[in-house]
Amino acid sequence: MAPKAAKASAGNARPRQIRWAQRWRGWRRHHSQSAADSLAKVLQQPVSSAMTWLVIGIAIALPTGLWVVLDNLSQLSGQLDRPAQLSVFLQMDAQAQDARSLALTLAQRDDIHSATFIDRDQALTEFVQRSGMGELAQGLAENPLPHLLLIDPVAASPDTLAALRGELEALPEVQEALLDTLWLQRLQSLMTLGRRAVQLLAALLLAAVVLVLGNTIRLAIESRRDEIVIVKLVGGTDAFVRRPLLYTGLWFGLGGGVVAAILVALGTLLLAAPVNALSGAYQSSFMLQGLGLVNSLQLVLLGALLGLAGAWLAVARHLKAIEPR
Amino acid sequence: MISFERVSKRYDNSHDALREVSFSIDQEELVFLTGHSGAGKSTLLRLIMLMERPSRGRVVVAGADLGKFRRGSIPRHRQSIGVVFQNHKLLMDRPVFDNVALPLQIAGFEYRDINRRVNAALDKVGLLDRVQAMPLSLSGGEQQRVGIARAVVGRPSILLADEPTGNLDPELSAEIMQLFVDFSRVGVTVLIASHDLALISRLRHRILTLKEGRLVSPAISIDGA
Ligand SMILES: Nc1ncnc2c1ncn2[C@@H]1O[C@H](COP(=O)(O)OP(=O)(O)OP(=O)(O)O)[C@@H](O)[C@H]1O
Ligand SMILES: [Mg+2]
Repeated sequence: MAPKAAKASAGNARPRQIRWAQRWRGWRRHHSQSAADSLAKVLQQPVSSAMTWLVIGIAIALPTGLWVVLDNLSQLSGQLDRPAQLSVFLQMDAQAQDARSLALTLAQRDDIHSATFIDRDQALTEFVQRSGMGELAQGLAENPLPHLLLIDPVAASPDTLAALRGELEALPEVQEALLDTLWLQRLQSLMTLGRRAVQLLAALLLAAVVLVLGNTIRLAIESRRDEIVIVKLVGGTDAFVRRPLLYTGLWFGLGGGVVAAILVALGTLLLAAPVNALSGAYQSSFMLQGLGLVNSLQLVLLGALLGLAGAWLAVARHLKAIEPR
Repeated sequence: MISFERVSKRYDNSHDALREVSFSIDQEELVFLTGHSGAGKSTLLRLIMLMERPSRGRVVVAGADLGKFRRGSIPRHRQSIGVVFQNHKLLMDRPVFDNVALPLQIAGFEYRDINRRVNAALDKVGLLDRVQAMPLSLSGGEQQRVGIARAVVGRPSILLADEPTGNLDPELSAEIMQLFVDFSRVGVTVLIASHDLALISRLRHRILTLKEGRLVSPAISIDGA
């Protein structure tokens, strides 16, 4: 066990200048080593790491799942059989004959499902019967109602419906065309509200994820305190000290993203069967759409980015406080 | 290479650890630092590696005034200094190899070079056969030698050692001291804090003696060379 001190030459005094290519390879190696080391540390405590992954996964999966539901709802509302009805009021001088033939012509169009003619006299009679205001009607010199065509358009977006309305109104026989989109608008604004709520929820939960990760990394910093001190003592730069911690955050975030993607996929799987049965019962072609591979990968990426962000936050706050004493 | 100009250090508890200390060490010089426990030896070394800042006075290392060092340039300064700590300061959850490799990793060496140099450094301290051992499974003296290997592995221009032979038997102590002497011969500035008066006076190098924070010995060299 005797040291060979006396004989060994001490070597050059000056540290030999390291070439850039070499430095680059060393840097890359430290990256892969930090990544591997911190992954090993994360896996060393499987239970607490799994907890962290679950917490992050659930927090990411919740808004994502709601988003998927909303997405499916808006698909569904586009596929509804009767998205809207158009009420086309004809000119006062239009003849019932012309109105009837106009209804037949319109019904031929591709974007119109059916056109129903409602005679003005018939309409007045119905009105009188329903409202019970027969005396008022009798007082009228003539029927104030125009002929009416009720148009059922083929399922379409609000934009094409509006275009159809404009087209109909431009016809010479037509006085006014009204789009009965109130319920559609309500649905749409409900969906917008839903989206907003999900966005808000997502923002809050993502902030929570960053904080959870920040706290996890703070604990990791605490448990590595001695190591950090030693690394700083032998000349480790902030970047060098930071590296394994950032990787730790990355692993936690990445794992959380994977858990989130799995949770969303599971949820879709569980809902798919009943939803598809339901839509089959209504003769609808609607199918529940899941996240898909690309979006799932994006979810994992999101988790990883959140992990990095949380780690960065913790490192920026706590690393400076650890100085060799 | 290292010079102190009227340096005083007072810790928070209003106790003066160093008072008006002035000396200077040339490159290629090996100097011993001695004094009773609590005399301020460790404090002096900590000032050189910027673990502490002086309360008064100036510390100049390699021509650079340490007072002008900002936080960001401390790592580079420390990379040029090899330090053997009084309490070893090893990474307890890493094998000997990783501990010794640390300064090289920080400097950005490639794995091949790291491997070669770590083995060479461990060879010098007689621990080549313990490369993969964990520090906890080593004796105090072995841990100390791991610390010495880590200090010299990066071929620093300055070597500081705080009680490097505190846990070693006389024979091993002498050999480790000889290792330091060899380093000073090839241009490394070496400053060793040690209690072991018998050993260091035998080596016939300059000795700085601290007493209650003051330098008491005349800063003369008893080294004939
Ligand atoms: N971090 C600190 N905070 C407060 N006082 C300190 C600190 N470090 C050292 N001191 C005090 O400064 C004085 C000098 O301490 P120092 O560690 O430099 O002594 P030393 O000569 O190395 O002693 P030893 O031989 O026991 O290692 C001591 O009185 C000690 O109590
Ligand atoms: Mg001491």
